[in-house]
Amino acid sequence: MKRIFFRNKILPYLLIAPQMVVTIIFFLWPAGEAVLQSFQREDAFGLHTTWVGLANYRALFQDPDYIHSLQVTVVFTIGVTAVALIVALLLALAVDRTIKAGPAYTTLLVWPYAVAPAVVGVLWWFLFNPTIGLMPYLLSLVGYHWNHALKGDDAMILVIISAAWPQVSYNFLFFVAGLQSIPGSMREAAAIDGAGPVKRFFTITLPLLSPTTFFLVVVNFVYAMFATFPVIDATTQGGPAGATNILVFKVYQDGFVGLNLGSSAAQSVVLLAIVIALTVIQFRFIERRVEY
Amino acid sequence: MAAITLEAVGKTYAGGVKAVHSIDLAIQDGEFVVLVGPSGCGKSTLLRMVAGLESVTEGKISIGDRMVNEVEPAERDIAMVFQNYALYPHMTVRQNLAYGLKNRKMAKAEISRRVDEAAQILEIGAFLDRKPRALSGGQRQRVAMGRAIVREPAAFLFDEPLSNLDAKLRVQMRGEIKQLQARLGTTSIYVTHDQLEAMTLAHRLVVLNGGQIEQVGTPLEVYRKPASTFVAAFIGSPAMNLLNAKAEGGVAHVGGGRVPLAAAVTGPVTLGLRPEDVRPADAGTEGAFVLKIAYVEELGAQKLVHGTVEGQNFACALPSDAALGQALHLVPEPGAAHGFDAQTGKRLG
Ligand SMILES: Nc1ncnc2c1ncn2[C@@H]1O[C@H](COP(=O)(O)OP(=O)(O)OP(=O)(O)O)[C@@H](O)[C@H]1O
Ligand SMILES: [Mg+2]
Repeated sequence: MKRIFFRNKILPYLLIAPQMVVTIIFFLWPAGEAVLQSFQREDAFGLHTTWVGLANYRALFQDPDYIHSLQVTVVFTIGVTAVALIVALLLALAVDRTIKAGPAYTTLLVWPYAVAPAVVGVLWWFLFNPTIGLMPYLLSLVGYHWNHALKGDDAMILVIISAAWPQVSYNFLFFVAGLQSIPGSMREAAAIDGAGPVKRFFTITLPLLSPTTFFLVVVNFVYAMFATFPVIDATTQGGPAGATNILVFKVYQDGFVGLNLGSSAAQSVVLLAIVIALTVIQFRFIERRVEY
Repeated sequence: MAAITLEAVGKTYAGGVKAVHSIDLAIQDGEFVVLVGPSGCGKSTLLRMVAGLESVTEGKISIGDRMVNEVEPAERDIAMVFQNYALYPHMTVRQNLAYGLKNRKMAKAEISRRVDEAAQILEIGAFLDRKPRALSGGQRQRVAMGRAIVREPAAFLFDEPLSNLDAKLRVQMRGEIKQLQARLGTTSIYVTHDQLEAMTLAHRLVVLNGGQIEQVGTPLEVYRKPASTFVAAFIGSPAMNLLNAKAEGGVAHVGGGRVPLAAAVTGPVTLGLRPEDVRPADAGTEGAFVLKIAYVEELGAQKLVHGTVEGQNFACALPSDAALGQALHLVPEPGAAHGFDAQTGKRLG
C-alpha cells in the first residue's frame, strides 16, 4: 500500500472531517441514541423516560409479532438472494457464451440497478395490481387469481420479485466478471475430459465462481434485510396481516407509526448486530478467500 | 493408439481469417509429429481442430479409421496438454487426474490404479493431495501430463506445453516427454515455435508457414535438405545464411568466390550456407569468398563471426582459437551449399 505523508499536521484531519461529520451525525449518533433508548421506556408524550434494562429486549423476543416478522424476514431474505443470484447467473452465462454481442445486452441488463427503489416498488405494484395489472391478467388465463392485497403468499412473491429485480443487475456484473476470469482452456480441458455442459457447469464453473458467489450472497443478504424498506413501503406496506412485515419495516412502523420508541430501538439494535455479524463474516472470508 | 489423417483440412474463422489452407498429412500410429512454425502460422488452430475444440471448415480429419469432423472432443479419444496446463484449481492433483476417468464412469479401483501408475511414472506421488496452486511450474506441467496419460488415449495433443517453464527446466522436460512417448508409444502431435524443441522431439517435423505446409520430414531431412528459404532460415541455430548470388552452370558467384551448387542453374539464385559449413582458407584459395568482419560473439566452444559478404549479412562459426583480422577468406564444405530459386525461394536440386 502506498503511504502519503502530509507536512501539515492538521490538513489530513480537515480532509476527512466532512466524512467524519456525516458518519457521526447520521450514523454513530443515532445508533448511540438507539442503543440508549433500547434500555429505556418513554411515555407517549416524550416527557418521561425510565431506565428499564433489558426489558425491551425480553419483551421483543416474547412478542409473537416480532417472531413472525423474524420468520418473514428469513423467507424474504433467502428468497430475494436466491432469485437475484440465480437469475443473474443465468443471464451472465448467456452473455459469457456470446461475449461479442455482450456490450449492448450488458448495458440493458444494468439499467434496473439505476432505478430508484421506490420507483421499482411502484413499477411492480402496477404490473401485479389485481385490477389493472398485466401479470394478474396473464395468471388468470391459467386459472390463478392473483391478489397480493389478500393473499400472504402472493404478497411475499411480489415483494421478493420487486426487491430482487434491481439486485439482479448488480449480481450480473459480478458474475460476468467472474466468468470472464475463468480461462477458456479450463472449459476445453473439461470438455476433453468428457464433461458435458451441465456437468462442466456444476463441477468446474460453479466452484470457480464460489468466491464471487459468496461475496454476493452476503451483499444480497444485507440488501434484502436493510435496504428494501422503500420496496415494501411502495407495494404491500408489510401486509396483508403482516405477511411481508420484514424487520426494517416493523422498526419503522413500531417507532414512527406506533410511537413505541423503546421497542423500536431494541429492534434496530438487533438489526445493527446482524449487520455487524454479516460484515465480520464478509471480511473474514475475503481475507482468506473462499477455499478452492 | 491410432493413426491420424488430415485430408485437405482448412480453417476459415468466422471473421473471414483463413488460418489454415488445405493441409494433407498422414500421421502413423505411434508417431511423434511436431508442428513447428512462427507465431500465427496456424499451428494451434490445426491442433485444436484435431482435438475438436475448433470446427473444421474444409476437408476431413480422421482418427483411426473414423472420420471425426463432427465428433465431440470427449468422444475423440484424445488427451490434450495445454500451454497454461488448465489444471482445475479447486481440485487436488489426484482429483485432477481422476476427473476424466470419473466422467467416463470408470470403476473406482481402476481409477485409483491408473492414477497411482501415472503418479509413479511422472514422480508426482508426493503431491497427489495438494492443490495445483501449491505446486511449482514444473510440477504443474507433470500433473498436466499425468492427466493426459491416465486416460490412455489414442493420441496426445500438446500445445506449447513447455513455453511457460524456464530454459533449464524446459530442456529437462523435453527429454522426459520424449522418453515418455517412446515408452507409451502413443501417437502424438506436438505444437511449438521453438525449432530446437521441434528437432529434438520429433520423429517427423511439419514446418508450417502462413497456414500452409512448407515441408514435412524427419528432423535430419529437414535440416539437411530444407525445401525452401523459409525452412532454411527457420530450422537450425544459428540460422542459415542466405545470399543473393549469380549462378552460371551450377556455380554461384558471390563475394569474389565461386560456390558449386547441386543443380545446374544459371541466373539469379539464393545461396544458402550454414554458419558451421564454411571454413577459413588462405587468401587466393580457389573459389574462396571474402567476409568483412563486423563483430565476434564468443560462445565458449566456438566463436560466431558476424560480418558481410558483398554487403549482405553473413555469420560463420569457427573454433574458438581461430585467428581473426579485418576480413576472412572462406570456402564451403564440399556439398554443403544449398541453392534456392531467387523468386519462389524453393529448393533447387
Ligand atoms: N478465434 C479466432 N478468430 C479469428 N482468427 C483467429 C482466431 N484464432 C486464431 N486466429 C488467427 O488465425 C491465425 C493462426 O492462429 P494460431 O493461434 O493457430 O497461431 P499459432 O501458430 O498457434 O501461433 P502462436 O505460436 O502465436 O500460438 C492467426 O492469424 C490468428 O490471428
Ligand atoms: Mg498457438
